[in-house]
Amino acid sequence: MDLMTEITIFVLAVFVGFEVISKVPTTLHTPLMSQTNAIHGIVMLGGLIVLGYADDGLEYVIGTIAVAFGAINIVGGFMVTDRMLGMFTRKPKPKAEADGKGGS
Amino acid sequence: MVRAVLEPGGDAATALYIVAFSLFIVGIKQGTHPTTAKRGNLIAAAGMAVAVVTTLLLDGMGNWGLIFLGLGIGTAVGVIASIRVQMTEMPQMVALYNGVGGGAVALIAWSEIRHGLSLGEDFPLDELIPIIFAGVVGSVSFWGSNIAFAKLQDLIPTRPIAAPGQQVINAVLLIAIVTICVILAVDHESPSQGLFILLLVLAAILGNLVVLPIGGADMPVVISLLNAFTGLSAAAAGFALDNVALIVAGTLVGSSGTILTMEMATAMNRSVANILFSGFGGAPAGGGGGSGEEKPHVSIGAQDAAIKLAYADTVVIVPGYGLAVAQAQHAIKEVADELEARGVTVNYAIHPVAGRMPGHMNVLLAEADVAYENLKEMEEINPEMSRTDVAVVVGANDVTNPAAKNDPDSPIAGMPIIEVSEAQEVIVIKRSLSPGFAGIDNDLFYEPNTSMLFADAKQAAADIASEIGNL
Repeated sequence: MDLMTEITIFVLAVFVGFEVISKVPTTLHTPLMSQTNAIHGIVMLGGLIVLGYADDGLEYVIGTIAVAFGAINIVGGFMVTDRMLGMFTRKPKPKAEADGKGGS
Repeated sequence: MVRAVLEPGGDAATALYIVAFSLFIVGIKQGTHPTTAKRGNLIAAAGMAVAVVTTLLLDGMGNWGLIFLGLGIGTAVGVIASIRVQMTEMPQMVALYNGVGGGAVALIAWSEIRHGLSLGEDFPLDELIPIIFAGVVGSVSFWGSNIAFAKLQDLIPTRPIAAPGQQVINAVLLIAIVTICVILAVDHESPSQGLFILLLVLAAILGNLVVLPIGGADMPVVISLLNAFTGLSAAAAGFALDNVALIVAGTLVGSSGTILTMEMATAMNRSVANILFSGFGGAPAGGGGGSGEEKPHVSIGAQDAAIKLAYADTVVIVPGYGLAVAQAQHAIKEVADELEARGVTVNYAIHPVAGRMPGHMNVLLAEADVAYENLKEMEEINPEMSRTDVAVVVGANDVTNPAAKNDPDSPIAGMPIIEVSEAQEVIVIKRSLSPGFAGIDNDLFYEPNTSMLFADAKQAAADIASEIGNL
C-alpha cells in the first residue's frame, strides 16, 4: 500500500473516531474507555507478524513478550468491559459470564 | 496445524481486515448507548477475533511454539485478572491493560529496527518515522500507565510527587528525545540500534516523570489520554507494517480516546493541559484551616442519622470517591432498602466525575443492584434538591462545595456541583473535616443545616441500616 493511501485511510479514521464518540452519557465513559482500550490491543497483530517472521534469539524474546502483552490487552480488556456492562443489565438473575474473544 | 493460506498484504487478507475494523466501528458506536453497549463490546471482540485469525493465516508465518506460548500466557493472565478484579479497582485495571498495549507497541518497534538491520535493508523514511513514533509513544504510554496503576492501587502515594525543577527536566528530556529522533531519521540508511534503545529509555523516564506529579483523582483523565496515545502508536505501527487493520483501529482509538479525554476534563471544569502540568492538589493539606482554629459544626451519631432519614419523605444519596475507597456501595444499598421499606423515596445523585473515573460510580452502584432509574445525573437532580428532605453525602467533598458557586476566587470556582445545601437537611458521612482533593475547606460542613457523621463510610452505612431496622 502506498503512503498516500495509508494517510487517506488514517485521516478518514480520525473523523470516524470523532464522529462515533460524540454525545456519550457519562455513565458509559468508563466502559467505553475500557472497550476502546481493548481495541488498541490490535497491536498484537504487529507482535504476531514480528514474531512470525523473527529469526534471532532476542527477537524471539521480544516478540513473545509483545504477543503476550497484546493478548493481555485484548482478552483482559474485552472481558473487563463485558463484566462492567453486565452490571447494567436490569435483571439480577445469575448467568454465566460471557467470555472475551480474540485469544486464538 | 493450519497451513498458512493468505498472502501478506494480499486482497483476501486486506478484505478480512476491513471486516474486522468495520466491526470495531459498529462496536464502538453501539458502546455509546446504554441498551446496546454490551452487544457492542461483543461485536468489537468478534472483530478482534477475525483480525487475529487472519494474521495467523498469513503466508510464511513461523515460530508457532512461541506464538502460542505468548498467546497462552497473555490470555491466561487477562482472563484471571479480569475475573478477580473488584469493580472498585476497575480504573487501575484499565490502566494496566493500556500499559501492556503500549509496551507491546514499543517492543514491536524495537524488533522491527533489529529485523531490518539484520537483513541489511535500509529504512525508507515512511517506514522509519512511524517506527520511531511508535517506539517513543509506546514507551511513554507503558511507563505512564504503570505509574497510574501504581498510584490507583496505592502502591505509591497518590498525592502529586514532584522534584524541584521538574518542568525543566521534562523539557530537557523532550529535547533529547526529539534530537535523537532527528539523528535516527537523518541516518536512515542504517539507524543505530543503540540510539533507538536509548530513545526508548528516555521516553520511559519521561513517561514516569510526567505522570508522577499528577494527583490520584486526576488519574482517570490521564489514563484516558494515554489510551488515546497507545491507539495512535498502534496506528503508527500499522504504517510501518503496512497493516490496514492496525492503522484504522489504532486511529479510531486515538481520536475517540481524545474526545473522551476532553469530555472527562470538561466534566471536571479543567483543561487537559491544566491536569497534566499543574500538579493540582499539591498545596499542603488543610491550607485554609489556620492553626487549630475550628469553625463550628454539628456532629451526630448513626442513631441520629437513622432517625432523620427514617422520618423523611425524600432522601438523596450523594456518593463520592470515599464511598468507592471504602467499598461502601453494598452497605449504602442496605440503608436505601431499609428506607424504601418504610416508604421513603431514595434517589442517588451522580456527579459526572464521582468515583475514580467518569461513570465509575454508576458501575459500582449497579454492582450493588441499585436500579438504573434511581441514579440521577447532576442536571436532573439539582432542581429537585430544594424539595429534598435529607441529602446524604457519602465520601464526596469537592463536588458538593458551595464555594464553587458562591466564591469566584475559589480554586474550584465554576466547577459544576451537586447543590446539596439546597436540601432541608444534609448529613455528611466522612472520616474528618479534612479538605478534599482540591485542598480547600468545604463550606458545606459548617452550614447550619448540615450534620457531620465522622466515620468510615462502610461502617457508618451499616450502623445506620441496623439503627433504622431497630426503630
